[in-house]
Amino acid sequence: MRIREPFKLIAIGALWFWLIAFALLPNLLVAVASVLTRGDNEFVVFTLTLSSYRRLLDPLYLDVLLDSLWLAAATTALCLLLGYPFAYLLTRSPVRWRPLLLLLVIVPFWTSSLVRTYAIMIVLKTQGLLNQTLLGLGLIAEPLELLYTESAVILGMLYTLLPFMILPLYAALEKLDPRLIEAARDLGAGKITIFLRIVIPLTLPGIIAGSLLTFLPGLGMFYVADLLGGAKTLLVGNLIRDQFLSARDWPFGAAASVLLTLLMGLLLWAYYLSARRANRGLP
Amino acid sequence: MTGKRLVQVAYLLLVYGFLYIPIGVLIVYSFNDSKYSLEWRGMTWEWYETLFDDPDLLQAALNSAWIATLSATAATVMGTLAAVAIYRYQFFGKQLLNALLFVLMMTPDIVMGIALLILFASLSLPLGFWTLLLAHITFNIPFVVVTVLSRISGFDRHLLEAAQDLGATEFQIFRRIVLPLLMPAVVAGWLLSFTLSMDDVMVSFFVTGPTFEILPLKIYSMVRLGVTPEVNALCTIMLGVTLIMILMAQLLLREKT
Repeated sequence: MRIREPFKLIAIGALWFWLIAFALLPNLLVAVASVLTRGDNEFVVFTLTLSSYRRLLDPLYLDVLLDSLWLAAATTALCLLLGYPFAYLLTRSPVRWRPLLLLLVIVPFWTSSLVRTYAIMIVLKTQGLLNQTLLGLGLIAEPLELLYTESAVILGMLYTLLPFMILPLYAALEKLDPRLIEAARDLGAGKITIFLRIVIPLTLPGIIAGSLLTFLPGLGMFYVADLLGGAKTLLVGNLIRDQFLSARDWPFGAAASVLLTLLMGLLLWAYYLSARRANRGLP
Repeated sequence: MTGKRLVQVAYLLLVYGFLYIPIGVLIVYSFNDSKYSLEWRGMTWEWYETLFDDPDLLQAALNSAWIATLSATAATVMGTLAAVAIYRYQFFGKQLLNALLFVLMMTPDIVMGIALLILFASLSLPLGFWTLLLAHITFNIPFVVVTVLSRISGFDRHLLEAAQDLGATEFQIFRRIVLPLLMPAVVAGWLLSFTLSMDDVMVSFFVTGPTFEILPLKIYSMVRLGVTPEVNALCTIMLGVTLIMILMAQLLLREKT
């Protein structure tokens, strides 16, 4: 192959240019902005300081941070709990039905999460379906206040993020070699041992990828918190948004965003390690 | 059916019910001839008609469709070329390029949104059409690359080697052999990008200005005021568009090479 093939140069060059200009550079700018000082007239003043990071530990913001981590962790755990058996059953479903069953997960995966959050709003509102059903069944005497609670936010995130957990889990479970399980059974391993020592380690990349796709958005989806959680600042996402829109404290917002990026880095690293281990086939 | 099988089917149905009942309720109520009550009062198109009488809304929908078309097209061109290059060539920094694409796809929307906002602010670009377009192209590219790459993996390398032996240039090989074989995945990538762009709230929230309104943000501001049948109708239309796009993309991706 000739070395200076213009086609090759253009194809690779264009992508490199784009990724550097619109992915790498912006994130570096966020890191830079996070150690600058808030300005009165401009967005930032070029005085270096770590005060934005220190403010993240201020009890006022630390509460939001911990609350948000809790909500995202709870959502991720529920997604995993609900999604793992579901993905497993999908891999065991009749081959004839599987494309349709998968499609029914893929459609919500691509559907606007704003629209889906709104659908949850309809179900949960005081005059909504859930309350009317419970009233009709005589389970409650008067409508419950379901909206604008933390549980509503968790339910909303569970609803919008569940497909993002199911699909990576399905991909991991489908790759699982049934012969490994048979071998373990022949060697006398019990069901629980097989699950803990073989199935979990081999599907760990899927578990981590799914958690990555539910946990990080779970920290950031400010509109779910707005629509289902009321006016309180619940998520890191709301905190970041407010710094850029109303409080106009860009360095502080940037620092919170760097925190999210670091969390992402941590999870990606865990994913990389688990994938390498699973690929070696030795848990 | 054994008892165990029954429990399994019930579990699948339960989760599917959870995924689809709220959407179903939304769609049904968009046709209900009653503004406030939950009761079914008969079928109406009234809420859809109100939508089409709102010029601001129509403008926002048009803007969104325009941005989605342009960004999907640009991302598809760049993403397809990149996927082919990643498959065909060894080059310096290939691993890093792959890693960057993966990270870009995994980046939380809010992080990407403010990163691009800071970039545009430091370039003093006014927020609006152009900034929105650049942002949408950026988040669409990795999805096109992944979609196209997944189809290339099934390629017969001999075809390309034969063309090379016969003296075809790299561009000729791309234009005459690779692209026609990849077409279904390329179109699917375009459709998925269009959907992503049409539905995006988070990134757009930070990178568009008051001069250029788009549909998802318009819906967001309407939804904040509460549940109304007009919003039900609007959301149903959005669902319909997404559904059509995804079904087409899935059909294309399932086609055999």
